[in-house]
Order: sequence, then C-alpha cells, then structure tokens
Amino acid sequence: MLTSQKELQEYRAQCARALDSQELRVLVCAGTGCVAGGSIKIYNRLIELCKEKGLKVQVELQKEIDHGSIGIKKSGCNGFCELGPLLKIEPMGWLYLQVKLEDCEEIAEKTLVNKEPVERLFYKDSTGTYEKQFDIPFYKKQTRIVLDECGQIDADSIDEYIALGGYAGLERALFEMSDEQICNEIEESGLRGRGGGGYPAGRKWHQVRKQPEKVRYIVCNGDEGDPGAFMDRSIMEGNPHRMLEGMLIAGVATAASEGYIYVRAEYPLAVERLKRAIEQAEKLGLLGGNVLGTDFSFNIHINQGAGAFVCGEGSALTASIEGERGMPRVKPPRTVEAGLFAKPTVLNNVETYANVPLIITKGVEWYRSVGTETSPGTKAFAITGNVKNTGLIEVPMGTTLREVVFDIGGGIKGDKEFKAVQIGGPSGGCLTLSAGQLDLALDFDSLKKVGAMIGSGGLVVMDENTCMVEVARFFMNFTQNESCGKCVPCREGTKRMLEILERIVKGNGTLEDLDLLEELAHTVSKTALCGLGKTAANPVLSTLKYFRDEYIAHVVDKKCPAGACQALKQYKINPDKCKGCSKCARQCPVQAISGEIKSPFEINSEKCIKCGACIEACPFGAVEEV
Amino acid sequence: MESNFSHVDAVLEQYGNEQKNLITVLQQIQAEYRYLPREILEHVAEKMKISIAKIYSVATFYENFSLDPKGKYVIKICDGTACHVRKSIPILEKVRENLGVSEQKPTTDDMMFTVETVSCLGACGLAPVMTVNDVVYPAMTPQKAVELLDSIRKEEGIC
Repeated sequence: MLTSQKELQEYRAQCARALDSQELRVLVCAGTGCVAGGSIKIYNRLIELCKEKGLKVQVELQKEIDHGSIGIKKSGCNGFCELGPLLKIEPMGWLYLQVKLEDCEEIAEKTLVNKEPVERLFYKDSTGTYEKQFDIPFYKKQTRIVLDECGQIDADSIDEYIALGGYAGLERALFEMSDEQICNEIEESGLRGRGGGGYPAGRKWHQVRKQPEKVRYIVCNGDEGDPGAFMDRSIMEGNPHRMLEGMLIAGVATAASEGYIYVRAEYPLAVERLKRAIEQAEKLGLLGGNVLGTDFSFNIHINQGAGAFVCGEGSALTASIEGERGMPRVKPPRTVEAGLFAKPTVLNNVETYANVPLIITKGVEWYRSVGTETSPGTKAFAITGNVKNTGLIEVPMGTTLREVVFDIGGGIKGDKEFKAVQIGGPSGGCLTLSAGQLDLALDFDSLKKVGAMIGSGGLVVMDENTCMVEVARFFMNFTQNESCGKCVPCREGTKRMLEILERIVKGNGTLEDLDLLEELAHTVSKTALCGLGKTAANPVLSTLKYFRDEYIAHVVDKKCPAGACQALKQYKINPDKCKGCSKCARQCPVQAISGEIKSPFEINSEKCIKCGACIEACPFGAVEEV
Repeated sequence: MESNFSHVDAVLEQYGNEQKNLITVLQQIQAEYRYLPREILEHVAEKMKISIAKIYSVATFYENFSLDPKGKYVIKICDGTACHVRKSIPILEKVRENLGVSEQKPTTDDMMFTVETVSCLGACGLAPVMTVNDVVYPAMTPQKAVELLDSIRKEEGIC
C-alpha cells in the first residue's frame, strides 16, 4: 500500500530497475486476435522450453534484481492482427510474425539462449525484410502515443506500467494541481472526445466541476458498438491502467468519488483484464479510500453491457448502468447536469481517458504539437475490410486517407481497385475515390464538411467488388435492428428505409424509390431523438450522393455494377469452356439448363433461380456470373 | 427447477437487491441456465421487489438475454462490417443449412447447437470470424465452419 507521493516514486524506481535488469523481454501478443491464433499456447510453450533449458525466467516482474533473466509476458494488441500471432523481443525490437507452436523450439534455442534472431519470422514484402517492428511500413508511418504501451508491456502488470512512468499523471494531478488547473490543462490541450462527436473534454469537465450538486460520477464509455471498430477494446485489453489513470484524474478534477466503466458484452477479455487492473490498483492504494494518503477517495465499478448498440449513447448508457432499459431520453438536462443517477456526470470514452495521463505528464504544448490546430493529438483507427494490412493503427489527426490506406494499410487486397472507405460505422459516411477524397485529412472538422464523421474510428476499406447499395442496406439493417423504438422517426423511418433498400438490391426498386429514400433520410436525420437516429441515414445519404449511378443501375437496368447483389446476378455458360457433359443440367433444381450432349449448354434466365448449383457442378468452370 | 433457487439466492446475496444490479443479476442467471427461466424471474421479482413486468421489460430489451433455452454450443457468426465485406453470410447460410436451423428457429431439436449472428466481435483483423461458446475462430470459410461442427459432433459422440 503506497501512502504518499514519495512512496510511489520509490516504488516506480524499484519497478524500473527490475524491468531494466531483465536481459531479454519476450512479449507474446495476447490481444483477442492473436489469442484466437493460438498465442497462449505459444506463451506456455516458451515458458516450458525456458525451464527445460535452465534459463532464468520471470513470468511476473520480480522486484529483486536478477540480472540475465528473461521476462516472458502476455502483452496487449500490437495492431498487426492480420499477421498474428505476434512475438516481440526486447530490447532488440525484433518482431516475429505468424508464429506457430512448432516455431517455439527454434525461437528458444536461437533467440532465448543465443540472442540471435530467427530471420524467417521477420516481416517480408517486396521492399525487403524488416527485423525491427518500427521499421515495418505498417508501423513506420504511425505515431503511437496512446497505444505506445499496448504491446510493450505485460498487460496484466501494474508494475510494468508504473515502471514506464505510469500513474505520474495522477501524481501530478493530486499533489501539484488544483481541480481548476487540471480542467484548464485538458481544455487548453484541445482534447476532443474520441467517441465520435468530438466535444471538447476539458469544457465538459469544467461544467461538471461547477455544478452545485456535490455527488458526481465519472463514467467511461467502453460500449464500442460500431461494427468494424476495436480501438477501445485494444486499450482496455492492452493497457487498462492508462485508462483507469485517466478516470482517476477526471475524478480529482471534478471531485467525484465513484467511477463506472461500461464495457460491451462482446469483450469478455477486456472485462477480465480491467477487473484485474482495478484489483492491482486498489492493492497499491491508487484506487479506493485515501488515494496515496490524500483525502481523495475513488472507486471504479465495471458494468457489462447486454447487447444493445444504443447504449453507446450517453443517456441510454447511464440508464443501462441504473439497471433500466437502455433508452435515450430527451435533453436537456444534459449528462453534465443530470447524468448517472441524475447526478452531474463526466462521460468520456476509453480512448479519451487514455489520452488524459499523457497531457498531464507531458504537457499541453507537447500534446498540441501532434495533430492539427482544431483536432490535436492522434486518433486510433481500426482499419479493416479489403485492405492488405488489417489491424489497429494510430496516426496524428490530419493524416490523409491515402497515407492510411496505402502507406500503412498496404493498399487493396488482391491488388483490386480502391473504391471507397466507410468511416464512422453506421453513423458515418463514405469517402470515395471519385470525389477526390483520398487526400482528405482525417480530423473532426474536415470529415464533418463532407458528411462523414470520425465516429469511434472504424475504417472499412472497400474494393471494386463491393456494392455500395448493399453497403447502405447492410448499415440500415444494423441500425434498424438496434433502434430502441422509443421515437417514431427512428423506429418507423429506419424500417421503411430498409424496406426500400431491400427492394432495390432485389431489383424491384423504382426511380421514385430513390426520391422517397432521400426524403425519408432527411426527415429521420432532422427529427430523431438521439444520435443513433439522427445519424442513421448517413450511409444512405452519402452513398446516394457519391454512388447515385449504382442506385440507378439497380433500379433502371436491374444490374449490380459490382456484381455483388445475388438477385441481380445472371448466370451464363461460356460456350468456349463448356464440354457439353450435362452435369449442370442434372443439378439444376428448376430445369433451366438445356442442350445437347457434347455441345455447349444454355441457361434459360427466365427460369433460373440463381441458386448457383450449376457453378458448383461444372468441372470445367464454364458457368460464369455476369 | 422450482424448488432450486439456491443459485439465484446466492447471486442476489452477492450483488444486492437494488434495481441498479438487475442487469448483472440477469447476466449471472443466464450464465448458469443459458437462458432466463420464467420461474427464476418470478423469484427474482419477489426478492428484489421489482414487478415482473419491469424485469421482462429489461430482459427483452437487451439482445443477449434469451427467454428460450439455448443449445449447449452457442455459435455466433460475426456479421460486422469487416466480416460482411469478407463474406460472412455464406458461412452463416452454410452453418444453418448444416444444422437445419433458421433465423426463426435458432436451436437444434437436440439442444446441442444455437446459431446466432453478432454485429461485431471486434476481431476484425481476422475476419470473417465465428465463436463457439466465446472461443474465437478466425478467418473462417463455409468449409472450415462445417469441419468445426463435425469436430464438435465427434467430441460429443453424435454423428
């Protein structure tokens, strides 16, 4: 139990010395992605091998200095999920990719015993072989300040976090700053909420601080529901203490004594790691009664979501913590006035809190040197879809889409044409090649201008084979499912928009449908109660704006230009390839195929139900989709 | 089941009877029974002094709560954006076809399998993914999904 600033500083020095004394640090990535790839087995096997070879191995950081020992740790997500499981060797900075259980023997012999690299596990591409993690193109263009420790430290160890300067922000906030100063610094840093809206965090904190009501709450929104986004999950799993420290600082700044973290149900590993992190912090006296011997007390509770996307909305989230149906309410009063249990509440998301300790320890000036004037700092993005390097990245605000997709993401998978990027999930919009948006800077204001939003930071890359009408239908289906049903515009509007989109992808749409769709979209945006409804139409409006020709192709020509919509597909037999074996005709459930043996067969498109049985049946690949 | 409320009582004891703990209590019950049995909910209503209507209003709002029994293996197929553009629907269709279930009837008659979709598991780097009882299986194809089902059946001795 640490009971003063001095004790924390001594403890930090002790942890740092212990970490330094480890000759080799092996970090096995234990993010959800790498765990699914078998990284835990690799971790266990390496420990076993170390013991067999008589090496001094530390699974947990030992405070007694033991030179020449090897630390084997489970780290958080390194972001390069596509090529997992990942293994990192420090202090050399080597990164091994796609490690298999069978590789462990060689790694133990070469690297752990002889300190030599296993070269075949390094990253290779057309530009060469890269032994160091931060030389790989995927990492080189990134600026990792929030995710820097994700992957660098044992995700389950408060000691390693402290060794690298952890809880120094809390220290400064508690012992050297007044509550007003903390709020001022956060406001001056220009930190904006990373959950989507981009509301200045410092302003929010000031508003709560000034409330007459003295019971206040700190709430962390970890209900990262946007499909295709997993930044917050990676922070919670990889460096939970950074986020806890941010919440603690918010607590000091607003004189709150209770904090709640709302984590979505789909993230069990994050819950587990957070629980452990809270226990560790309590044990050290960084959480609980009289933090570090001061009269500031702070407790953090974890609430697990139960599968409702709308709970990412502030008032729905607080309702859910209260044990109610997670439905948004009319505002005002705003969350800062009457949030959780109708008390003043600071509600920020995971990434926002994770930025806070950095600002307090490194200062406003340093923070503002990264990013743009109106959007300082960095943003974590989850880059997924039809891109070569999927994963988690962090770049300064204002980085262009081209740098993200091509320099970091490595371009389009299978070297197809880039078509669009969907940003901001079901609330966001598309950025397209045709509108010249590849060179658009990714920050709050530039995106807002073109009708998209950063949202929580999901970037889904789409290639030429993606049908944008289908994408709009996909998102509308999602929002419609997740609409809580409280307000009519959202409940009925999303349903009707979905019906129209379904008609269009099935080839039954009309030109009038497009006008109706547009009108509905505008009405819902203007009249819905909460953010979910207000932004539900964004994917529709943005695809209608940039890909109207695709919509028209669906309704007028009854064709899907991307060849993705099943109902609009046509099957044809290529007469040059067809040997006339009749296998397809025998498989066809509706007798739509006819012909004479040994001469090319034909498909009657009137009868064809597009089941695809003929494609599977043909041994010559003669049946083609057109 | 009616006579056996000891598990529920232990849960209520641990978390307390206030409304704010209702969701946690329901999650614990579901973890035990794999669904929310009516008798148990009635018991909870009585103990927590919350109307049964209120409990149902919460239980039906959240997607994770089920009022119907689920199979021993709950299969979730991710249809988040990243999985969707990497073709998750053919996997879903194949799994449903293989098990003879549908959107309306997600559980097999022998109570072994329940098939659900989920909007994003946050494992987008591995898309398309599916989970079986929360274990994540990466980079799936319809073929791999069927092989996985077969291996479960084999383990269970049902072929």
